[in-house]
Amino acid sequence: MHPAYTVIFFTTASGAGYGLLFWLSLAHVFGAGPDRWTSLGALILGTVLVSAGLVSSTYHLGRPERAWRAFSQWRSSWLSREGVAAVATYLPMTGLGLIWLFGLSENLVTLLAALTVFGTLITVYCTGMIYGSLPTIRHWYRTDVPVIYLVLAAGTGGLLFQSFVDDYNLLVAIALVAGLALKMWYWMDVDRDPGKYTSEMAFGMPQLGAPTPLDPPHTQPNFIMREMGYVVARKHAKRLRTFAMVLLFGASVLALVGLPWIAVLLAGAAVWMERWLFFAEAEHVSMLYYGAQRA
Amino acid sequence: MTTLPKTTTKKLGLVIDLDICVGCQACATSCKEWNTGGYSAPLSDHDPYGADPSGAWLNRIHSFEFPGDAATPGLADGKTVHFPRSCLHCEEPACVTVCPTGASYKREEDGIVLVNPDTCIGCKLCSWACPYGAREYDYDHGVMKKCTLCVDRIYNEHIPEEDRIPACVRACPTGARAFGDLGDPDSDVSRNVAEREGFDLLAEMGYKPTNKYLPPRKRVDPTPEPLPEAVPLAKHGSRMDALFAWVDKTLS
Repeated sequence: MHPAYTVIFFTTASGAGYGLLFWLSLAHVFGAGPDRWTSLGALILGTVLVSAGLVSSTYHLGRPERAWRAFSQWRSSWLSREGVAAVATYLPMTGLGLIWLFGLSENLVTLLAALTVFGTLITVYCTGMIYGSLPTIRHWYRTDVPVIYLVLAAGTGGLLFQSFVDDYNLLVAIALVAGLALKMWYWMDVDRDPGKYTSEMAFGMPQLGAPTPLDPPHTQPNFIMREMGYVVARKHAKRLRTFAMVLLFGASVLALVGLPWIAVLLAGAAVWMERWLFFAEAEHVSMLYYGAQRA
Repeated sequence: MTTLPKTTTKKLGLVIDLDICVGCQACATSCKEWNTGGYSAPLSDHDPYGADPSGAWLNRIHSFEFPGDAATPGLADGKTVHFPRSCLHCEEPACVTVCPTGASYKREEDGIVLVNPDTCIGCKLCSWACPYGAREYDYDHGVMKKCTLCVDRIYNEHIPEEDRIPACVRACPTGARAFGDLGDPDSDVSRNVAEREGFDLLAEMGYKPTNKYLPPRKRVDPTPEPLPEAVPLAKHGSRMDALFAWVDKTLS
């Protein structure tokens, strides 16, 4: 699949933003949140990251001015659900921001923080399910895909929260190591799965054997080939995977020793590479009509 | 609404005969011609006469070589198969349910899957969900395009009745494409599918495509029957025949 930078930036930035808001709100739910101004600073950073990601994602659209229409089909579409969840999560976030900005009564903080925790989890889960619900792409159609989105959001957002409060070193390091372990398992598992759809299935005539392309329908690549047929050289992918894993591991060590501001740069780069590979390595079933044997 | 209709009154679709198709591209060009000038906006092309032409096409014709099967009579030789590919108007189209705006929909009255070009946001998710590569993004219009089964022809009372079929079917010079109601078991297309053992593409994915493909027929053994042994006329003919045979032989 073609790696679109707008979407990669969106999931990396908004993932970190929602992760930060998750930790901040969770701390407040347990009554262990930081003071008013630190909380406000963290809330603003989280909101900026989330909003920058969401704005970036609209640049992926052919018709960004119609983006509001995407809130309507939450009954069937994970993309629509993500949009609804993202907007709904702004409500308790705004409530918390007003309370901390104007120093209002803190009675509602626990409730609003709980709603924010809930909203961030649902939004990131929906992001993962946009990909996790597509049977056409075996690298995405997996139960661990939304889990990895959640854990990596918690890892990168955790580093940001750690930078504000200078605490929770162990918890954040655990989240990052969990993300690393899940991703290592993911890569091992997708590598040994050849794909269950074959070119014989695509053409429906197994009695005639496996076809080889003779004449393409067009002389130059079309939309389908550019969007679904993106191929990354295996050795480049392996190198990027190694970089991403080393950076994530480095970030977790730095989190443990209490250097989150440096760690967040490493983890951000790692997640960026991981997201790029998530697209670039993904194989689409439609490529069976363009010479692929399995997908 | 992207929620699918439980059933559709009709199941309009195409039946494509891979035995007959000669890969002439007439259906593809006719499709492009009709749909670029029809409703909504043109199907945009980029660099159409240059070195790197590309554009949105709703019907594409591939050619493949199939090796055949040495063990099966009639399939022993390899085969060139021309393979037209367009939207299959699935009964359970994933492209519709993933759509966040409701621009993609399946019509309850005839099962045609369409995109509303006025509400599509161009997120391309439907093209990711389609295993057949049937949806093509129009970069200039910023929305997704797909086969409409020429919905603006088949019900169009302003054109002659014989033209009220999809442009690709109308253009096919060999009769390799047929249009009809595949939900009606007595329709011509359904009967042909039953008789010729028509099949679905990627049936394993479970989207229940409406369009059907007919396989190439098994090849008839081209070796002719041996002729009966030639018998000289003279032996069986009358005396006059024998005389003429003698004259013929002597003179030639």
